[in-house]
Amino acid sequence: MIKPNKIPGIQSRPSTDLPVLKPFTAKAAGEPEDLLFSRWLASTPIWAWLLLIVIIFAWPGVSSAASSYTMTQAFQALWRWLPFIITGGFLFNVIISFFAMLIGTAFGVVLGLMQISPLRIIRWPAQFLTQIFRNSPWLVLLFIVLLALPFEVEIAGEIIRIPDWVKAVFGLCLPIMANISEVVRGAINSVPSGQWEAAESLAYTRQQTLWQIILPQCFKRMIPPWMNWYAILTMATPLCSLLGVEELITLSRQAIEAENNRPELLVPFYGFALLIFFAYCYPIARATIALERRFAVKL
Amino acid sequence: MTESSWDESQPIVSIKDVHKSFGNLEVLKGISMDVMKGEVICIIGPSGSGKSTLIRCINALNDIQAGSITVEGIEVNDSKLDKLELRKKVGMVFQQYNLFPHKTALENVMMAPIKVLKQSPSDVESRARALIEKVRLQGKEDSYPGELSGGQQQRVAIARSLAMNPDIMLFDEVTAALDPETVKEVLVTIKDLAEEGMTCMLVTHEMGFAKEIADHIYFTDRGVIVEHGPPATFFADAKDERTKEFLSQIL
Repeated sequence: MIKPNKIPGIQSRPSTDLPVLKPFTAKAAGEPEDLLFSRWLASTPIWAWLLLIVIIFAWPGVSSAASSYTMTQAFQALWRWLPFIITGGFLFNVIISFFAMLIGTAFGVVLGLMQISPLRIIRWPAQFLTQIFRNSPWLVLLFIVLLALPFEVEIAGEIIRIPDWVKAVFGLCLPIMANISEVVRGAINSVPSGQWEAAESLAYTRQQTLWQIILPQCFKRMIPPWMNWYAILTMATPLCSLLGVEELITLSRQAIEAENNRPELLVPFYGFALLIFFAYCYPIARATIALERRFAVKL
Repeated sequence: MTESSWDESQPIVSIKDVHKSFGNLEVLKGISMDVMKGEVICIIGPSGSGKSTLIRCINALNDIQAGSITVEGIEVNDSKLDKLELRKKVGMVFQQYNLFPHKTALENVMMAPIKVLKQSPSDVESRARALIEKVRLQGKEDSYPGELSGGQQQRVAIARSLAMNPDIMLFDEVTAALDPETVKEVLVTIKDLAEEGMTCMLVTHEMGFAKEIADHIYFTDRGVIVEHGPPATFFADAKDERTKEFLSQIL
């Protein structure tokens, strides 16, 4: 018989219903974490990178066969605009993703902890907010935030204009917050309920159990999905270009327009955008795996 | 009833007509028993007979719907129950050990007295080292639970419970998840405890062990105590049909 778990707000079961139970199994292949985008990115082989670069570089050669615009000209154009695209554009993608992640994580952790509260009055609103923001299209959230936030605020008599990228941060941190909330809740529920019971029988209070026993065990479990959301968020920052926020794609488009909208430029410019996103996320994905290994030794 | 009204001539654990249901499933249907200080009692019975549930009710891990459980005079079935006070008196060891996997064996033993009872870490450490020696695990202080065998983990779990200086120890099928060759080392540890006069309540399937250490054996089936008695008469001279059938299957 499975004994129902009596800890309010916690849905984890003993890790098996069988009478014989091993407390912790070694990490085996084929875990759900292997499906994470960041995992996949970290395991991309070098030849895939080379192939991508070759395709991007070869494209203008193919498309320019019928026109007078040469491949060299296309790449010279890209080279000319590179400083503009990176410092005025990609830098903002990084800044937006960094702050959206920071704020989203801070609120997400709070929301996740609220989701496992024994008090319904705390748990229900947290669950509601999580589900709303987790299941809304990101672009819609971005539009709402951009239009709802005032474009300037008055602090102590001084009018301060809110830059668009700050609004984009707020827009993107909402879905991140909701997803981190689920990551936290999931990690806490993945700790077998026996840990709660053991702590309870040692006279730990619920708060003490959560902070001293459960969360330290969750930390390692939260790293892969957390970094995964960062990678997804970074890849989603070009959405801001639809709202006129100055970032990589917005500026690439402006650069192409300045170069008379030549169709030969599309693949070099957008291909470069693709590469720079991969090049940014790849080391992060690799570092995540290294980080996980370091915490894995202790367990 | 307050704590001060309890003295050692009264039962240390007194269970009266306890009823407990999980939803529509009634697991305990009126269980009563008294345990005196220093007694070792074993609860046996087929799976699903409610024996684990009963033992978990004693330290309020499960609540009960009706009846009364008192531990040293403290009423457990009370909404104003001081759980900290109760759990300082009652130690519990689980089937799945439930050691904290991110802490070493020594830290597992030391954590609760330091964090919960706020005792001084240096005192606790010397006591914890003595306890680890007592469960014959010297040299394993700095091992993580994942590096220990099932039997070793279970002995750390016993030491962890003892570090709180309980008056009563509850053992919930503590050898059921162990390899046969490590069962003995855990049973020896429990036997040592029992011989030192610790009040022990065990849910067990180890009949030979129950016969050896128990002062009193209770046989539960379908939520009631079918039969009980000292081991000598219980095993030799069971009266109830259900007890006889169970014993014939298991012995």
